[in-house]
Amino acid sequence: MALADLTDVRRTKALQDRAENKALTKLTLGPSPWARAGALAALVVLAGIWLVPIVWGAVTSFKHEAEAALPASLLPTMGWTLEAYEKVLGNSDLLLWMWNNLVVAVLVTSLTVLISAMAAFAFSQTLFKGRGLMQWLTLASIMMPGQILIVPLFKQMQVMGLVDTFAGIVLPQIVAPVMVFILKRFFDAIPQELLDAARIDGAGSWRLFWTIVVPLSKSILVAVAIFVFIGAWNNFLWPFIITTDPQFMTLPVGLSTVKDAYGVQYAQNMASAMIAALPLLILFMLFQRRIVQGVATTGMGGQ
Amino acid sequence: MTVSNASVTPLAGRAAPDRRTSASRPGTRTKTSEDSLRSRDKSGYLFVAPFAVATGLFLVVPTIYGLWMSFTNQSLTGTGSEFIGFANYAEAFSDPQVWQTLGNTVWFTILSTIPLVLVALVMAVLVHTGLPGQWVWRMSFFAPYLLTSAVVWHLSNWMFQPDIGLLDTWIKGLGLQPLGWLTDENVAMFSIAGVTVWWTVGFNFLLYLAALQGIPAQQYEAATIDGAGGWRRLFSITLPQLRPITGVILVLQLLASLKVFDQIYLLTMGGPNGSTRPILEYIYDTGFTNYRLGYASAISYVFFALILVFTLVRLLPTKKEA
Repeated sequence: MALADLTDVRRTKALQDRAENKALTKLTLGPSPWARAGALAALVVLAGIWLVPIVWGAVTSFKHEAEAALPASLLPTMGWTLEAYEKVLGNSDLLLWMWNNLVVAVLVTSLTVLISAMAAFAFSQTLFKGRGLMQWLTLASIMMPGQILIVPLFKQMQVMGLVDTFAGIVLPQIVAPVMVFILKRFFDAIPQELLDAARIDGAGSWRLFWTIVVPLSKSILVAVAIFVFIGAWNNFLWPFIITTDPQFMTLPVGLSTVKDAYGVQYAQNMASAMIAALPLLILFMLFQRRIVQGVATTGMGGQ
Repeated sequence: MTVSNASVTPLAGRAAPDRRTSASRPGTRTKTSEDSLRSRDKSGYLFVAPFAVATGLFLVVPTIYGLWMSFTNQSLTGTGSEFIGFANYAEAFSDPQVWQTLGNTVWFTILSTIPLVLVALVMAVLVHTGLPGQWVWRMSFFAPYLLTSAVVWHLSNWMFQPDIGLLDTWIKGLGLQPLGWLTDENVAMFSIAGVTVWWTVGFNFLLYLAALQGIPAQQYEAATIDGAGGWRRLFSITLPQLRPITGVILVLQLLASLKVFDQIYLLTMGGPNGSTRPILEYIYDTGFTNYRLGYASAISYVFFALILVFTLVRLLPTKKEA
């Protein structure tokens, strides 16, 4: 699609949204201007409270270190500076941790989506002996919270020689039985005639999966991928347990060690926090609609 | 994809916020004769194999291994792995630390869950009015959820700093006595619950928002014709329609809150004086600081029993759907 078309589509969509929102206001609040003013005021106050910590952290990150240690002023009085960012990027492993985190999150996301979709396809569209039992086991494993397993899993990883490796960080995170059921439910709803027709034409299961099921399920696959990616990018507990070598630390783990390294250098702490926060925040600003939808659909655990 | 709405349960219908995902609704396809053409070759095994192997290795094996370890005196250093029967469990039930950390966990769960559901509900109902600035509201409420716990720790630790933090500065500005946000035993858990609400409420907010979008406009139109005002519509249409989803969000939230670790470990390390230490941190300390893997596994399973109760509650409505 040409860029001009794309902006056109966006503009039409925006106009549509505005009309829908206006209608919604009328439906929920009625015509009273007081109701509107009250609701708007409540929104402004809540949003203000929710933004303060992030905004204040951002402002602090542009202060001189000497000023950051003084009683809080919302705006810098000694002038803005990039000092904290220069120091943080120069002295710490922040960029390495961010790279590690990207590698881990991408691996976790792609592997989780791939193996979950394949298993969902097997449960939904193929017949094999023991299918019922396997589905039941998968359902039961949803009940096992990963946090309970940290102790035996660590010992097991030690035996397998996977402590302080990417495999050790990634592999235990790719088991997501909930996602299998979310995807299975979606695959169940694919019109059977479509699949039957392809089978009559001689398509095997592998081709069926890639040429019919996957393209038809793009929206749910993206939703699951978004959800898994956010979780993997931000995951703290498991990477924290399985890594001791700073070379393999992910961003959340590395960042949690930062305080000791800098002492009480608040501007630098805030600068690190801002750099760490930025990638997902930017993604969210760009793809808000998709992400909101992905998290909402997947977050319910397919219920 | 045309999918009939007839057999959709209200809950499932509302979980899908967008028409494009409506096909994820369960039970909408009538299965004819166990699908004559479903591939009967062995491909099913191949498709399920990677997931089955991963689940076996990283979920089933550690589950069984942990259970076995809980009956031994295994340590992290590798010495000793004798079978000692129920000794670990007996110790756990008489260990005051287990009861204290379990109590802290439940206290945190209560303190965080109630506002996490209520504030999310208020936010979603307000945003669902369609007032201008939709993008900004969603961004503000959901953005903290996208931060990793270490970032949340840096930001809130900075807010809570004595004297130079924003909270103390403002409170002093009002002429009040500042609190020991993270240093006072009676305050620390409230501070942590507050941080948690700020951090994760956006997730529940999105779930509520999706549910609100599923309420048919006709209901509001009918209410308008009947002359119902804004408040009346809120209490007679919006809130009753949200009852089923509230149950789901509540249980999901209880499960999430019980597993609290990150923010407490980073903000207070369980202090002051153990007043905020959750059970998961006690498990971590027992296993990785004191090297007592066997005992840590036993506590894990005691905790698991507690979580299982809530999980089963969560699965009940799913069963009814099928």
